This record gives sequence, C-alpha cells and structure tokens, in this order.
Amino acid sequence: MEAGNHAPPAVKAPSAAGASVKQFFGKYGLIILLLVLPVAYGAQDISQDGNLSRLGNNLVAGLSNGAIWALVAIGYTLVYGIVELINFAHGDVFMIGSLSAAGLFGTVGLTAATGPFGLVVGLLLTLILCMLASGALNVMIERVAYRPLRTAPKLAPLITAVGFSFILQNVGILWIGGSPEGITDLIQAQKQFVEIGGVSITHADVLAVGVTLPLVLLLTFFINKSRIGKAMRATAQDPEAARLMGINVDTTISMTFLIGGLMAGAGGLMYALYQTTIWFFQGFQAGLIAFTAAVMGGIGNLQGAVLGGFIIGIIQQISDNRIGGEWTPAIVFAYLVLIMVLKPQGLLGEETREAG
Amino acid sequence: MSRESLKPFIAVGAALVAVLVGLLVQMDMTMSIVLALLVGARLFFADNPKAVKIVSVGLIVWAIALPLFHVEAGGFIDDAVLALAYAVMALGLNIIVGFAGLLDLGYVAFFAIGALAAGWFMSGFFFDANVHVFVSGVASELPGIHLNFLLVLVIAVVLCTAAGMVIGLPTLRLRGDYIAIVTLAFGEIAGRLVLNGDEITVGGQKLTNGRQGITPIDKIDLPFTAPFESLNLRPWFWLALAMLLLVLFVNYRLRDSRLGRAWIALREDEVAAASMGVPLVKTKLLAYGTGAAFGGMSGAFLASLSNTVNADQFQFSFSIFILAMVILGGLGSIEGVVVGAIALTYINFRLIPDVLNDVPSKVGLDFDLSELSFGIFGFLLVIMMVMRPEGLIPERRRKLELAEGIGAGETASAGGSVETVYEARG
Repeated sequence: MEAGNHAPPAVKAPSAAGASVKQFFGKYGLIILLLVLPVAYGAQDISQDGNLSRLGNNLVAGLSNGAIWALVAIGYTLVYGIVELINFAHGDVFMIGSLSAAGLFGTVGLTAATGPFGLVVGLLLTLILCMLASGALNVMIERVAYRPLRTAPKLAPLITAVGFSFILQNVGILWIGGSPEGITDLIQAQKQFVEIGGVSITHADVLAVGVTLPLVLLLTFFINKSRIGKAMRATAQDPEAARLMGINVDTTISMTFLIGGLMAGAGGLMYALYQTTIWFFQGFQAGLIAFTAAVMGGIGNLQGAVLGGFIIGIIQQISDNRIGGEWTPAIVFAYLVLIMVLKPQGLLGEETREAG
Repeated sequence: MSRESLKPFIAVGAALVAVLVGLLVQMDMTMSIVLALLVGARLFFADNPKAVKIVSVGLIVWAIALPLFHVEAGGFIDDAVLALAYAVMALGLNIIVGFAGLLDLGYVAFFAIGALAAGWFMSGFFFDANVHVFVSGVASELPGIHLNFLLVLVIAVVLCTAAGMVIGLPTLRLRGDYIAIVTLAFGEIAGRLVLNGDEITVGGQKLTNGRQGITPIDKIDLPFTAPFESLNLRPWFWLALAMLLLVLFVNYRLRDSRLGRAWIALREDEVAAASMGVPLVKTKLLAYGTGAAFGGMSGAFLASLSNTVNADQFQFSFSIFILAMVILGGLGSIEGVVVGAIALTYINFRLIPDVLNDVPSKVGLDFDLSELSFGIFGFLLVIMMVMRPEGLIPERRRKLELAEGIGAGETASAGGSVETVYEARG
C-alpha cells in the first residue's frame, strides 16, 4: 500500500475493467465532481430564465469570495509544504486579522465619509498593519506550540494547534464579545461597480481580486526568485539536506509562518470590508474552507491553493444562493471528504516531499 | 533517592490531594477520606497485583455507596452523573485515539447519533406511530415510539458502530492529520444534519426537529424498577456507573487482546504492523466501530438524562472537550482517561461557572469566565502537549514512544525527517 506513492501509477495492479474504471475516477472523478454544481444549475437557469446571468453572478461573487479563501489557503499550503503540519490555528489567525482590521479602521480615522484618496491610503496602512499583526502572531504560535514538538509524534503538534485555535477564539470573545459585530461599510461593498451582460460586479469583488492577485504574484516571485524563497523550497524538499547546505531551518520555518500569517492578515482585512460583519467564530469556518481549498489544489502547492480557493468560493456561493446558507458548511465538508476519497493529492498535487 | 523509597511519600501525597479534591467538589467528608485511603493504598501497593485487585474492588464499592452520602439531586451528584457519562465517552475516544492512534476530531458525531437514537425511539417524535415495548409509567400512554432504554442502547450501539465504520472508510488510505480533518468534516456534517434535519423529510417524516430539539425524552425505565425520576439522580448514577464499569472491563480486555495489540502496533508503526500481518482495514475499522459504540451508549444516556436532543450541542467544541479528557489523563491510559474525564467535567460544569466565575469581576475585569471555558481547555491542551505529553497518569508504553520522539534531540530537529511519513497515499 505504502509503495503507491513512489511508484508510477502504472504499477498499480491492473485487474481488468474494475481497475480502468477506478483509474478513470482517480483521474477525472474530482473534476467531474466539481463541475456537477455549476453545470446542473446552469442548465436549470437556461431552462427557467433563458440566460446564465444568475449563474454568472454566482461565479463572480464566488471568485471574489474565493480570493479571500485563497489567501488563507496559501498559509495552510506553505506551512504544510515545509513542516507537514496542518496549522489548525491558521483560521483563527485570519480571524484576529479581521478583528484588528476593524479596530484599526477607527484608529486610522477611516469613516464612511472618508474620500477616495484618504480611503486608499488609510486602507493600505491598515492592510500593512493587519498583515504584520497576523504574521507576528503566526510566528509566535510556531515558536510556542510547534517548535518544541517538531520531532514528537504527529499527533502532538496537531493537538497544540487545536488548542491554540481555541485560545485565539477566546481572545476574539474577549475582544469583541460573543456575538457578531457589524462594522462600518467603508467601501460600500455591495454597490455595483460595473455591469457586464447582466452580471454585476460590486466594489467588494474589485477589492478582493485587486488585493489578492498582486499579493499572490508578489509571493510567487518571492518564493521563486529570492534567497529566502529558495531556502524555503530547499527545506520543503529535504530539511536535513537543507541544514547541511547551511540553511538555517528554524529561521526558514519561521519565515514560512510569517508569510502565511501575512496572507491571512490581508484576507482578514478583506473579509471585514467584504462582509462588514466580524465575529470570533469566523476563523473556524474560514479555516476549514481554506483548508479544503488547499487540499483541493494539492497541498504544498501555491498555485493549487489559489485555484482551490477560487473553486471553493464558487461552490460556496452557489450553495448559499441555491441550496441555502445553512447547508453550505456541510456541502463544503462533503467535498472535502470526497476529495480525500477520490484524489487525496489534489488537482495540481503530487508535489509531496518524496516526489520533489 | 530511589523510586522505591519515595513510594510512601507519593502515596501520602496522593491521599492528601484526594482529600483536597474531595473537599473542593463538595464530596462528603467520610467518603473523601475513604477515597484518599484507597488512592494511597493503590499507589503504595502498586507492584502487588493482589493488593491492586483488592483496592479496585474497594473503589467500586466506594463508588456504589457514594450517592447514599449525598442529597438525591442538586450539588455533587449532578456533576458525578455527568462525569461518569463523559468518562464512558472518553474511554470510547481513547480506543480510537489512544490505542489505535487515529486522531478523531469528529467524535461528536457519535454523541449525536446516540442521542438521536434516544430522541427517535424514546419520545413522541414519531407522533403517528404508536409503539410501546417494555415501557411502563407515563411513557406507555403517550403516542410515538417508546422502547425500553436497554433496547435503545442496543440500537444506539449498532447505529454508531455502523457510522463509525462509514466514517472510518475514507480515512483508510490517509494518515495523521488528514484523518483528523476528515473525521472533523464528518463531525461537522453530522452536526449540520441534526441542526437542519427539519428540512429533510423522508416519507413525510422529518429527520429531526432542527433547532427546537426533540423533547421530552422518556426517563430510563429498566426492568424490575420504577422509571427513573429527574429529582432523584441516584439510580442514574448507578446506571452510569454500571455502564462505566462495563466499558472499563471491555477496555481492559480489548487492550490485552490480540486486537488491542494490533491497535498498538498500528499506532507505533503502520508499515511495520502491516508487514507483520496486521490486517490494516479490519483493525482500523474495528477501532472506529468500538470507539463509536461507547459514544453512542453515552449519548443515549445523556439524552434521557437531559430530557432533550438539543441540536446546538453537537459542535466541534464538544469533540475537543472529550479529546481534552483523553489528553489530560494520558493517551491510551485507561485509568488516566477516567480521571481526566472526571476532572474536566468538574472544571467545566462546577469550577468555571460556579466557583471561579466571579473572579474576573473581583479583579476588575469585565467578562464572563464561562464564555472562556474552551479557551481554558485549549490552553490545557497546549500546556499538556508541551510539558507532559504522556498525560497525568501515563501509560508506560505510550510514555516511551513519546520520549523517543521528543528526546531525539538536536541531531534531527527538523520537521519529521526522522521518520518519513506519507500523508496521502494515492
């Protein structure tokens, strides 16, 4: 069983028709699964409304929503790629990012009446501060909860991660109380920015994609070109060899957590602007959704996480809009389980430490 | 000083702690002192199997007598009944996480299924039906399906075992944290299904009552006794104790059985276990199934005790609550898990809401401590894992395993390089 990972797929016992069906589902099952919802509802739209504008709206809202999940998913995927740990507290780092964003709006002096120029400057300032806060928090968590347990059995850091998730949620409760809190709608999030063929694009959509894309591009550039990025890739491939080559593995791991935290902070700010409601529990849901996104794209793979984020965003939006918001978590989790069954390595996966 | 010469001090110290704890939980003074003597004797004669056996019998007798020394309801016995029921659940989770090493973060699903079994078959939920099997008292005249609690217990066990195996199936190819996430997803799906179950109808019948919950649930009605009452918790206590003893017995027997050894082998090294002929699929599924069954038993009991199946109970935090009991007591350590369950139940239901709740306001802080109980558990998890990963009462074998990992030292301190782990096998 174990050998399945190293050996090329062809080695898998080819036992007649059953095997080829299995192979087919292993290869395309996930993609078929992902297309079910949009295609089914697209067909329903055409037969009922005669056009696809409702599906189009779902897709646009899903993409912008997914941009936030993509940012959070990057944190999961980077950390997993380098230390093979699911940073359970990551969703809550994102939540703290949202909360600090909401707090900073007041400090920076942003109100609904602030002009466009002030808004841009103020938001940029808040963005940087939020990112730093979440990044520092993530590094601290790694230092306290994961580093002492790095050689312990896998169970141990996972449990401290869950523990930290709860601690951060309670920090959230102490900060803003136990119920969701509305915040000023600074960017008039739901106001239409432009309409294309019956599909309306709101301010929130523009903001989400406008922040995420540059950040992701910057990050890709950083990881591919910079010295630290190179160190990160080396450590992900083989920590022991990286250490022998003179790479400070501890610092590199801290850097990874820092980057993950920075992205989560940016996601947190956008979530606050986008949803205009924040509460302590948002991180738990977001964390699981983003983790699903990371797994869907292929964990450890940066582009995969972004792709997965967009896909999950769309699924979530379609489910919210058509099936009912109360079922969305169940549907996202059902997707998670199905991915695990059909293709645990994800859409762009196979870049595990062994394969790399 | 050798460990041998320290023994009297350890025994006396533990006895003192037992008295203090007894006083803290408002246990009867005589009973606390008896408990202290038993604990002291247990530790002092730890190497003498015969004496340990006698002390264990003494502890059981002590536990049976315990309710007689306290008022019938309110105060001590309320927490005691809950503690026993949670101990049953924690022992179930201990089989999955402690013995077989499969981190299950969705244990709440089994609580939900067990409770639903009681909600379906011990209440007026199916109001069109009119089925009564071995029930007496009020329940025998109400519409709905009313089965005897023992039958419901069997149903809950069967349903949970099946559910446990279904949940186990997708995790067979996965390892470590992936198992945790998949089980977590199942736990959340189960919670959502109960919460939104009023939207699902099968043949005109709703699955659950959604947020309203299913209430009232019949009181437990054992053969040859009158139905239990909510104002007299003594019978509840004895039943819970009987369940705990049964589960303890099963736990000990399983641990020392062929299956138990297979679980431990699996936990220590899956590849080695497989190559030594341990059937992975069967062994893993049996771990999920057995662990789930105990969760279901306790879930059905708790539903009848609390008189309701409240959909808001079935949340991730509940899974963590039970997991924290297992971690606190010591993964895989049967005695430890019982102690952990009792301790955390007391902390959650008495210490935080009643005893410590006015502490923040006294020191001038404005928040409600009971809101933070899960932060406290989270803190406990982190502290336990970093400081004492083997738990309060460690299991010898587990302790060695953990020491091996952590003590491996600087030479191999980079992420998991000591042992390559293939997380997702395709």
